[in-house]
Amino acid sequence: MNLHEYQAKGLFAEYGLPVSQGYAVDTADEAVAAAEKIGGNRWVVKVQVHAGGRGKAGGVKLADSTDEVRAFAENWIGKNLVTIQTDEKGQPVSKIYVESCTDIGRELYLGAVVDRASRRVVFMASTEGGVEIEQVAEETPEKILRAVIDPYVGAQPFQGRELAFQLGLEGVQIRQFTNLFMGLAKLFEELDCSLLEINPLVVTTEGNIHCLDAKVNVDGNALYRQAKVAAMHDPSQEDEREAQAAEFNLNYVALDGNIGCMVNGAGLAMGTMDLVKIHGGNPANFLDVGGGATKEAVSEAFKIILSDENVKAVLINIFGGIVSCATIAEGIIGAVQEVGVTVPVVVRFEGNNAKKGRETLAASGLNIIAAESLTDAAQKAVAAAGDKA
Amino acid sequence: MSVLVDKNTKVICQGFTGSQGTLHSEQAIAYGTKMVGGVTPGKGGTKHLGLPVFDTVRQAVDATGATASVIYVPAPFCQDSILEAVDAGIELVVCITEGIPTLDMLKVKAKLDTTNVRLIGPNCPGVITPGACKIGIMPGDIHLPGKVGIVSRSGTLTYEAVKQTTDKGFGQSTCVGIGGDPIPGSHFIDILKLFEDDPGTEAIVMVGEIGGTAEEEAAEFINSSITKPIVGYIAGVTAPPGKRMGHAGAIIAGGKGTAADKFAALEAAGVRTVKSLAEIGDALSEVTGWK
Repeated sequence: MNLHEYQAKGLFAEYGLPVSQGYAVDTADEAVAAAEKIGGNRWVVKVQVHAGGRGKAGGVKLADSTDEVRAFAENWIGKNLVTIQTDEKGQPVSKIYVESCTDIGRELYLGAVVDRASRRVVFMASTEGGVEIEQVAEETPEKILRAVIDPYVGAQPFQGRELAFQLGLEGVQIRQFTNLFMGLAKLFEELDCSLLEINPLVVTTEGNIHCLDAKVNVDGNALYRQAKVAAMHDPSQEDEREAQAAEFNLNYVALDGNIGCMVNGAGLAMGTMDLVKIHGGNPANFLDVGGGATKEAVSEAFKIILSDENVKAVLINIFGGIVSCATIAEGIIGAVQEVGVTVPVVVRFEGNNAKKGRETLAASGLNIIAAESLTDAAQKAVAAAGDKA
Repeated sequence: MSVLVDKNTKVICQGFTGSQGTLHSEQAIAYGTKMVGGVTPGKGGTKHLGLPVFDTVRQAVDATGATASVIYVPAPFCQDSILEAVDAGIELVVCITEGIPTLDMLKVKAKLDTTNVRLIGPNCPGVITPGACKIGIMPGDIHLPGKVGIVSRSGTLTYEAVKQTTDKGFGQSTCVGIGGDPIPGSHFIDILKLFEDDPGTEAIVMVGEIGGTAEEEAAEFINSSITKPIVGYIAGVTAPPGKRMGHAGAIIAGGKGTAADKFAALEAAGVRTVKSLAEIGDALSEVTGWK
């Protein structure tokens, strides 16, 4: 789960990490009030969306007067911000973050991830702050410094000091950086993070370490024990259909093709999309209807798939494991009748009671095309959608 | 011959009296798996499905001599359950449960690395040696005792590979679902090594998917250490970057973990890859010469 910058900085502040004074606001009036409360005559105003690349897209501004703060807020609240990381519609802006201005001396990078290959939490630091870390890793891998966290004993101050010295920090900055490193490691562990990123981490012109940005991703599997973080979930930042699917415990990801896919199992769902592509079509979505594939789940899945107006055919691919295809057939028939499906539906059943399932569908009198095999199913779906097979 | 489990493997179930534990233990018993009991704290001394229930894994191991345990407890309790099995001397732990927090698995995996215990899963269908021992949620009847070892990150894709090898009459030595999580207990390499050393496994099917670099690491290992014919398939060519595709581990992050990279790595290691999952059986015929 992603958090907004203002939420991440709020958590940083609770852990005593150096962030600017700032307020997230919903209106232009509140934005001006926040700027006045912070004081001074220069502020940073930032739209709050779940996407990187905000600065280049005009979503971050240095404001030299409260009039500029007001104009920025009026311009953005209620609009969508399009960045290189969003789709063409962009992400809706409902909050602006107003922050005190920091005078930047140097820009650094500090981040932490769960590294799958080493099976450890790994911190990464770099002198190349303010740019994409993937780009640094690609072009100048020697500029990425690493600290691997032992899962038994946790992060140690010496690891922070090592990074600090390698980054060329000096004097009081060493202690400041080490405290930041230890605080981030604690936050990562206690809040079940999957990723933390401060880009840029800056040395101010006064010579202090300061977190200018903050990105926090939390492990979705751990939300049951992270009630406070779970409450920060902002569904407005997600694809509408994906959010709707999540409510019914369906895994749905929107794609830009025209063949809706409904499959049991995540791997088979990906494999089915790939098959559609191989046979000349384009999948409209990834959807794992789950092992049970009950009538309710199938109905909801149909509704979500068909709410995408690009969908010209639906391919249902079920490998009955424990669940019987005959039961799923009943579910499909009920769902097709309830939802009023008008596009062609191609069904491939395999495994548990597949033959009975096919017979049940054939006897239903509904316009459901039975497929004999995986390849046959993909070809029939592509043909039904009107693409060249 | 087989890997990990055979007809003599004594199996207990943690979360035995719960709905999942009950359903799948019934099916395992019907399949012929040597289930010898189960564990549900507080229900020790009772019977369930005709088998003894114990309060702790240690009691179950002491009383039954079980060497394998299958875990169906809810995700928040899996770290505890896996470590209890490890502490009690279980040699093979199979964790079916989906949704375990990643930081729990980091700790579990670090502990496992100091022992000889093998963990399969979590978030997996389990392990089956056809006709001998079924530990997990896979449908038993699609399997056929035979000579192909199958290892996969996905449940239903494993079933597809099983079905194709059964239809061809090749059968399976053992099928291992290593699971769809970012930090699995066992990786491809662990299982490939077992298949290479097993005389009953004559060919291998490896089914990967987007996310992480386990397939790339496996490709290096295959290049250096696997002599048996091997067919590889990767799901997710059409998956967009940055999106989690159902499995917690199936995500292309920072440009890493694409299907194209994985196919390329496997092909460079001499693996016969298939782009269509419908072609796994035919490709196996091709690399083995089996009719």
